[in-house]
Amino acid sequence: MAVNRRDFLKLAGAGVGSLVLAAGHTEPAAAESTPEEARRHPSMLYDTTLCVGCRACQNACRNWNETTAELNSEGMYDMPTDLSGSTWTIIKLYEEETAEDADAPGIFSFIKRNCMHCLDPACVSACTVGAMQKSPEGPVIYDVNRCFGCRYCMVACPYKVPRYQWGTTTPLVQKCTFCFGYVQPEGVVDDKNRLAQGLGPSCVEACPTGALSWGPREEMLEKAHTRIKSAPGKYYEDRVYGEHEAGGTLQLVLSHVPFTKLGLPTLDPRPLPSLTDPLNWSVPGIILGVGGLMSAIYVNRSQAEFKTKED
Amino acid sequence: MATTTIKSSKQATLPVGSIILWIILLIGVWAAIVRYSQGLGSTNLADSRPWGLWIAFDVMAGVALAAGGFTLAAIVYIFRMKRFYPLIRPTLLTAYLGYLLAAGSILFDLGRPDRFYHPFFYWNHHSVMFEIAWSVILYLSILTVENSQLVLEKFRLHALLRIVRKITIPVVIAGIIISTAHQSSLGGLFVLVPNQTHPLWYTPILPVLFYISAISVGLAMVIVESTLSAKAFDRPVESHLLSEIGSWLPTMLGLYLLVNLGNLAVSGKLGFIFEGSLASFMYLAEIIIGVVAPLILLSFASIRNDSARLFQSALLVVFGVIFNRFNVLVWGQNGAFYVPNWVEFAVTAGLISLGTLLYIFAVKNLPVYTDHTPEPEQISEEAPLPAAG
Ligand code: SF4
Ligand code: SF4
Repeated sequence: MAVNRRDFLKLAGAGVGSLVLAAGHTEPAAAESTPEEARRHPSMLYDTTLCVGCRACQNACRNWNETTAELNSEGMYDMPTDLSGSTWTIIKLYEEETAEDADAPGIFSFIKRNCMHCLDPACVSACTVGAMQKSPEGPVIYDVNRCFGCRYCMVACPYKVPRYQWGTTTPLVQKCTFCFGYVQPEGVVDDKNRLAQGLGPSCVEACPTGALSWGPREEMLEKAHTRIKSAPGKYYEDRVYGEHEAGGTLQLVLSHVPFTKLGLPTLDPRPLPSLTDPLNWSVPGIILGVGGLMSAIYVNRSQAEFKTKED
Repeated sequence: MATTTIKSSKQATLPVGSIILWIILLIGVWAAIVRYSQGLGSTNLADSRPWGLWIAFDVMAGVALAAGGFTLAAIVYIFRMKRFYPLIRPTLLTAYLGYLLAAGSILFDLGRPDRFYHPFFYWNHHSVMFEIAWSVILYLSILTVENSQLVLEKFRLHALLRIVRKITIPVVIAGIIISTAHQSSLGGLFVLVPNQTHPLWYTPILPVLFYISAISVGLAMVIVESTLSAKAFDRPVESHLLSEIGSWLPTMLGLYLLVNLGNLAVSGKLGFIFEGSLASFMYLAEIIIGVVAPLILLSFASIRNDSARLFQSALLVVFGVIFNRFNVLVWGQNGAFYVPNWVEFAVTAGLISLGTLLYIFAVKNLPVYTDHTPEPEQISEEAPLPAAG
């Protein structure tokens, strides 16, 4: 899948011809997966009705991935308020106050945010250098050695997931890896890769209430739809968020309040990369079209010049 | 007016201008030190605002403003309107400096500037940004060839000069192709984010709008920079040429307006214009000040034939396109409120000063103005036909 630096230097050293070759080799194995292919991909289901907001998942993520704890303005460790370069998953609380009595508990819901691990991810399509990759196993992972920090992935992600390490001079883009670790050279397994060890993500393991479930995508979807069927009206629009959003995601969400209230955007089922793919395909057309047109105009004009000179 | 008075006034004003430029440049250097020693945290960029002034102004607007280079090259070399030859060298030089500064500002904006060469080795042909990275590098090489004539002539390297002149036409055509590709792709970057871009600016045909507006603003910049440098170097303004360029602008602006409004109408988004929100206000300001006003003004021959008013109308077009790029990139995107901080402003101002100083240096030392150069008839007359396609 990925070529490590030494291989790459060997290839690059062989000249421009092999540059093309090198590029062919360094191309991530898969840019996207179809819902069909994703059926067996590992998937996570989060159910707002079961979440009690204990944040065990948030801390488990920090512990396993060794992300630094966040400091508040007084320099003390404090609860983060959003995803960041060192917070890859977060529990947020949405609350709606009832109009009559502000003190009475209104409708509320927790929401766990992390990378949705899209089937056809915008960040992977956007990444200039192919640092964001769709692994053949499913999770969307990142190559720390490739990224040069253009931050187009951050602009492109419809869920605003990738975050940057703003405070350092050698920053990386950071996001949930589904505990799959970073992209590694052929044959090397990241010690942060829990999936390779036959474990699920650390957040799922930590969840005490069953609000998080883990398994192949088709099983998670089935589980979600069974929950919806067994309690009609309990879940918002009887819909599983992530089943179709922007082509579908491996992270699925069941909620009893509207998804937009939880910061989950309303997205067309069309995968976002399909919007820009035609642009890059059009490049040969531009070369032929514009090149041909300009050549024709030039020939035509210079012949006219020649004629006027003859006369 | 005696020439001596002009000379003395020039000596009096230029150093003052240069001193100011040098001071701005030094402040920029200080800001650069801050940025490189502290990282991007020294700017107002944040997770909710990953791109700011440097991408919106230095790269997006800068590259559009430099579109005069390929446009005028097409006019002179391909459409064979040789009367515009006197404008080509200063225009290609500004385009070159413009692209160099855009590339320079990317080195500030990249989180890992030490890896700036990665797009050469790690390819992602799905990425619009990948295509832009290659296009900009290729076009910089083309501008290098095009501008090499200045240096080759100066140092009388005639053998090389002959080669460069022989390949003029293919080089110009390659430049037009590559410019078409990346000027439009800069808009293509945002085709990927339908949900985060305000409907007034989001459209799948954003690349077309970016391309048309780049050509308009490229032409407008020829007027602006020719007028300015005529002032700065006490040269006569090529007013008949500039007013002819001015006469093309209403067509381009009209086309832009047609495509822009037509597209909003077809996609049923005209209502957003009058929604009364900040976005609708920004959109109206952009279209009225930057497109409609210069369209009307430049339709009058009396305005086009008056250097000062032609200059002001062209300035409106420039303002409009800069404003548009900010709207698409910053204010039209979902995200937190953003204003650049002093580091971002100082780096941008420093780069502009550097460009201006380089331009002054080049004009003083190289045959930028065609008084020193051979007749246009000699240029590329013998150039071979490019391979078709
Ligand atoms: S949620 Fe965002 S970061 Fe995660 S895979 Fe999808 S596009 Fe990429
Ligand atoms: S910031 Fe890094 S990961 Fe994101 S698009 Fe740019 S190179 Fe790719």
